Amino acid sequence: MMLTRERLLNWAMIAALLIVPLAAWSLDEPFIITLATKAAILALAGVGLNIALGLGGMISLGHAAFFGIGGYAMGILAAHAQNYEPLFAWPFLFEGSNQMPLIWLVAVVFSALAALVIGALSLRTSGVYFIMITLAFGQMLYYFAISWSAYGGEDGLSIWVRNEFPGLNTLDPIQFFAIAYVILCLALVFAARLARSPFGLALAAARQNEDRVEAVGLTPFTLRLIAFVISGAITGLAGALFADLNRFVSPTMLSWHTSGEIMIFVILGGVGRLYGPVAGAALYIMLEHLLGGISDYWQIFLGLLLLLIVLFARGGLIGALAGREKAHG
Amino acid sequence: MADLVLQTNKLNKSFGALKASSDVSLDLLTGEIHALIGPNGAGKSTLIKQIAGNIAPDSGTVELLGRDVTRLDTVARARMGLGRTFQISALAMEYTVLQNAVLGALGGQGRPFRFFRNVMKDPGLLEPARDALERVGLVDDAGRRTADLSHGQRRQLEVAVALTLQPKLFLMDEPMAGLGAAGSKELTGFLDGLRQQAPILLVEHDMDAVFALADRISVLVYGQIIATGTADEIRANAEVRRAYLGEEDAA
Repeated sequence: MMLTRERLLNWAMIAALLIVPLAAWSLDEPFIITLATKAAILALAGVGLNIALGLGGMISLGHAAFFGIGGYAMGILAAHAQNYEPLFAWPFLFEGSNQMPLIWLVAVVFSALAALVIGALSLRTSGVYFIMITLAFGQMLYYFAISWSAYGGEDGLSIWVRNEFPGLNTLDPIQFFAIAYVILCLALVFAARLARSPFGLALAAARQNEDRVEAVGLTPFTLRLIAFVISGAITGLAGALFADLNRFVSPTMLSWHTSGEIMIFVILGGVGRLYGPVAGAALYIMLEHLLGGISDYWQIFLGLLLLLIVLFARGGLIGALAGREKAHG
Repeated sequence: MADLVLQTNKLNKSFGALKASSDVSLDLLTGEIHALIGPNGAGKSTLIKQIAGNIAPDSGTVELLGRDVTRLDTVARARMGLGRTFQISALAMEYTVLQNAVLGALGGQGRPFRFFRNVMKDPGLLEPARDALERVGLVDDAGRRTADLSHGQRRQLEVAVALTLQPKLFLMDEPMAGLGAAGSKELTGFLDGLRQQAPILLVEHDMDAVFALADRISVLVYGQIIATGTADEIRANAEVRRAYLGEEDAA
């Protein structure tokens, strides 16, 4: 394993994301811990998008769909559990759940299924059409959620108590942070292995040259669809965690602003860089916190920064600090 | 007796009023190099695309290894053993030379759905990839970025990737294009030996290479094959001279 600048930077970032909340914990600053938790969860959503966007070259403006489905998986299961209303009575009585592992499983399964359907239809197109179709699917779900009065409609769904994880007190900010952090690390390990796997090699090749991939007997559509499903599932898991962080889910999670924000994390950090979403989400949260204190219009500065990065540092923050990606051979 | 590896039967393809292929029938036998020549705009690329599966003919069939593949796509034909090199290098430019070759080996092996093992540490893929690079003389450049290769080296890599598939036949679209005299001569020598492994349908503008290599030559003009024969027969064919070689000599 070579000690490249990018790798050092990655370690420094993931360490900082751990040290900051730990320091805040010892100084009794729960708000900082919550910010770090939010950064970790949004980074996780970005890690998901980055598999489609960075590795597969699929510019999806519909990832809010998966983020929101994860959020509603949490909201619906937890709402039924807290109200003791059965979600369904057949084939067995199910009254929802306030157990995170089950909620995560449901979030992952449903967002993966949604990604399978959306991907199978959208991936027949490419370029700007793909962007528009993913956007359209996202908006469809958004308006569906607004009109779904059984689960709060436009107002969303509030959960009184955060869901439980066996052996932990999830209401303690540092313990909930630990859950989000560990999941983020697992997702990063998974994404790293995926990128270096036979599948990852073929997928990234399809982004670079579709003709070549077909000429060696591999089907770009299948490669992309599988990547899209994996990507959607990870973003969906992030959505469930995000809803649990806020104890609230609303159609906003499904809106195209959310898709845009997740994409901003990826672009800020560096498209295709493994830790790009971590850098991007952390920077976003810091800017929101620091600049948001100065002006309500802090997103103007964010826009300016994004513009500078797109124009002058195509590798994002990580590209600017660590240089061009080394082709590993 | 040589076997039929590829056969097209009366392929027709029109784009509006333009007839790009008109009753095109040609075949490729084991052990041979069959060159397809013709002036620009004769319909060579359209024919290649119908053989590879990029476009469907309006009528007629393509048979590969005795099987009608007219309705199969490029991927299915590649899996059956069609190794293709492109007129304009189609390579993953961000990858190293070795990664491109490994991609070929992965396609040849046909099992891309493995998500955890490091692909660049898989001996089952690295060995055929290195062998192919060795054969085209690129093994010393294995670690270089493909985008940094010279034009000639990219042509070599195209051939190497095709080799990793262990194809039953090669479909090569102007492999000599832009190679220069020395590179062209080198590749000619290489292709000469390659026909023993698998026959080659060679589309080429470099007439020295065509006449040095081809067992048979077919001449395509305005979408029609006007002659098929050995190098000597083609040289002697009055119609070919008029339609094609004459222009070439004058130039």
